[in-house]
Amino acid sequence: MTNSIADIEKADVILVTGSNTTENHPVLAQSIKRAVLHGGTQLILVDPRKVPLARYASLHLRPKLGTDVAWLNAMARVVLRESLQDTKFVAKRTEGVDELAAFLERYEPEAMERITGIPAGVLTQAARLYARANRASIFYAMGITQHQQGTDNVRAVANLAMLCGHLGKPGTGVNPLRGQNNVQGACDMGALPAFLPGYQRVDSAEVRAKFSGAWGRDISAARGLTIGEMIEAAGAGKLRALLVFGENPVVTEPDSDGTARALDALEMLVVQDLFLTETAQMAHFVLPGRSFAEKDGTFTSTERRVQKLRRAVEAPGEAWADGESVCRLSALLGYPMIYEPAEAMREIAELTPSYAGIDHARLEKGGIQWPCPQAGHPGTPILHTDGFTRGKGAFACVEYKPPAEKTGKRYPLLLTTGRTRYAYHAGSMTVRTALAAMQRQGCLEMNPADAELLALADGDLVRVESQRGALTTRLCLSARSPQGVVFMSFHFPEERVNRLISPAFDPQSGIPEYKVTAVKVALAGGEASA
Amino acid sequence: MVSLRVNGKSLSAKGASTILESARKAGIDIPTLCYHPALPPGGACRICLVEEESTGRLLTACNTRVEGGMSILTDTQRISTARQRMLELIFARHPVDCTICEAANTCRLRLYAARYGVSGGELPRRGELLPITDANSLIHRDYSKCIGCGICVRACGEVQGAAAVEFIGSGPRYRPAATFDHPLDASECELCGLCVSLCPVGALMEKPSIHHGLETRRVDTVCPYCGCGCDLELRVAGERIIGARAEAPAAWNGVSLCAKGRYGLGFVNHPDRLGKPLERTAEGWQERSWDWALEAIAERLRRILDESGPSAVGILASAKSTNEENYLMQKFARAALGTNNVDHCARL
Repeated sequence: MTNSIADIEKADVILVTGSNTTENHPVLAQSIKRAVLHGGTQLILVDPRKVPLARYASLHLRPKLGTDVAWLNAMARVVLRESLQDTKFVAKRTEGVDELAAFLERYEPEAMERITGIPAGVLTQAARLYARANRASIFYAMGITQHQQGTDNVRAVANLAMLCGHLGKPGTGVNPLRGQNNVQGACDMGALPAFLPGYQRVDSAEVRAKFSGAWGRDISAARGLTIGEMIEAAGAGKLRALLVFGENPVVTEPDSDGTARALDALEMLVVQDLFLTETAQMAHFVLPGRSFAEKDGTFTSTERRVQKLRRAVEAPGEAWADGESVCRLSALLGYPMIYEPAEAMREIAELTPSYAGIDHARLEKGGIQWPCPQAGHPGTPILHTDGFTRGKGAFACVEYKPPAEKTGKRYPLLLTTGRTRYAYHAGSMTVRTALAAMQRQGCLEMNPADAELLALADGDLVRVESQRGALTTRLCLSARSPQGVVFMSFHFPEERVNRLISPAFDPQSGIPEYKVTAVKVALAGGEASA
Repeated sequence: MVSLRVNGKSLSAKGASTILESARKAGIDIPTLCYHPALPPGGACRICLVEEESTGRLLTACNTRVEGGMSILTDTQRISTARQRMLELIFARHPVDCTICEAANTCRLRLYAARYGVSGGELPRRGELLPITDANSLIHRDYSKCIGCGICVRACGEVQGAAAVEFIGSGPRYRPAATFDHPLDASECELCGLCVSLCPVGALMEKPSIHHGLETRRVDTVCPYCGCGCDLELRVAGERIIGARAEAPAAWNGVSLCAKGRYGLGFVNHPDRLGKPLERTAEGWQERSWDWALEAIAERLRRILDESGPSAVGILASAKSTNEENYLMQKFARAALGTNNVDHCARL
């Protein structure tokens, strides 16, 4: 997030897109709801599904799946056409507005209506509301990024925010919501194939020299493989060993069946986890891991807040922290490392400019939002107050491309996926809690009108099939999904919805297109999940 | 700022503050049942009655603003008697089954009953017991014990922003309920449990915590679910997590958690937890010692590195591991193994 959660209620207008916030970031969603109920803030919701936030929205735009660049560009077009842009901000802080303006002429809301399904009048209203607000913020989650055009979507979001000057001030910003407790931190720490800690590039000789100096080993200049590429390489016999910590790719990666085959081809799969997950069951070695409640260290939240977690209970049996097993293994390979969290943070601070002022002792008094460039620095609640990372913000002319998957005779419906209120990710945690009784199994959410056409009834056992595979689940009818769109969560390994999903990904981010898959749905022939 | 006197002590308070806030700030306790600092005052329970010395008026401290020159008494015989009467009236509707009530020593009604010498049987019982509303697996509602303080209604509307509960009925049947008295999980309720955590008596209970007794310690940490980073205060008994609250005064999430953060921690103590390294063999899973398992893994890694070089190995780090662990994992990949093949599930 460019801004802070505490900032949310300062906005006059909030635009939420591709985020079922009340179910997936419920406490943060409180701030949005309170702003609307008690602060007079207007909410623009842009989401194909009628997610619970719709109840709070002044405007709910329901684009067709995968048409985000089209509606975002059309909104920017309205801003420019009606001269609603923040001319001072655009002149002082950005570059490339003329090219953008010329480019966007093709994105009239009237012309985009056919692509997005959003009535031009409503889109114009939304654009005016956002642009004219004194303070307006944008929140998005995987509904924006999990597309083949995900990076373009984010650029189009940034265009809109920069045009209207809604950045760098309280109650504004471009705010992606991170879905896992420490996904922000794992990125910050360089658990990425192209970046060392602090997003320092592996392809920079200077950066590599700094790290090899500190670590006493040469750092390879070759960009590494993403998860998807590692799985592909495993399938092709190029990757021979994979060590997995607390992740469950067999359930969470697209094309689950293909993923399982690829992992099966590995000469060695090692999984450290709390439970014998679906991926662990395929491993040659399974190591018992520690949960958040059994270790010390830090997590970094979606608002870039580095926070201290504290050991509360003893781990069961001989469960070790992932850090402990990594360090011991490293020592066996001739590169000794010691697992001591406070010491590791000292090293992180030395090598990572945005964490330079952070240490465990400071965090005892409360979290700190990076960048925190030196000891005593209070942290940075709002990014880009004076300038952007590259100096001036560059507008990007991003062209709309239709999603890879199209409906047709064979696969007439579009499937989109996400999370639900009482379950989490691959389900291995929530299924073992009191929450499990709230939602025992997944279901296929379908609009009653579609069900009528297919002669299906609520509760029917149905077979959902895509080009990749098929699964069987219960049908639940709901007006949440628009006609032509069906929804499933990916929480339930027995359904493994990701077996339906294409492994095709955004070439820029490596994110698979989880949000758009063409499927057909029919009454199941009584057999269990195929 | 205005000057006032409370129990003869001179205080200065912000003009907009209430008698309760300024007294508590000065370390003077006034009992409350329907008040919570995170909520607008309700003025419903009248336990916070105080006396204005000059006029003899009894005022509710929670929603009366301070005025310059006020002199307030919080602890006179008259006030004690008034509080006793209020408690007796509450007990006329509230069953005195404290011995089997889960709220036990956390119940504020019981605390004040003891403090003001009320047994609960002073007045004849009014109204009948209401059925326990127990349909979902998370929240247990026993409205016979409801004292009508309205904290749940205000918390849901003002803090959670869900406005899922309201008062229905009248007289002895006056109680909170979801719209149309639907079951909570079929209403706008998000099962966040905020109302339960703030209920001053045993009317609302967290089902997963029932019969786990009282915690032996509290540990302030961070929620393991989404990326919001809510501050979580774990309630721990022995080595078991028996509940979670949000109570750290400086935390951004205030008193709020969601269904997952509050009720989704049972996985930590689940019997399925792995406790030993395992190796998959032709005979099935074999338990191994750490030394044995790590040596076997290292041996295979050495061979693969020798034969195919570092590009043949990869690490999936974790969005659920700590920063320190992720740092060490990528350092291990880059410095020990010599590969940039390190990634995690940021894209999922």
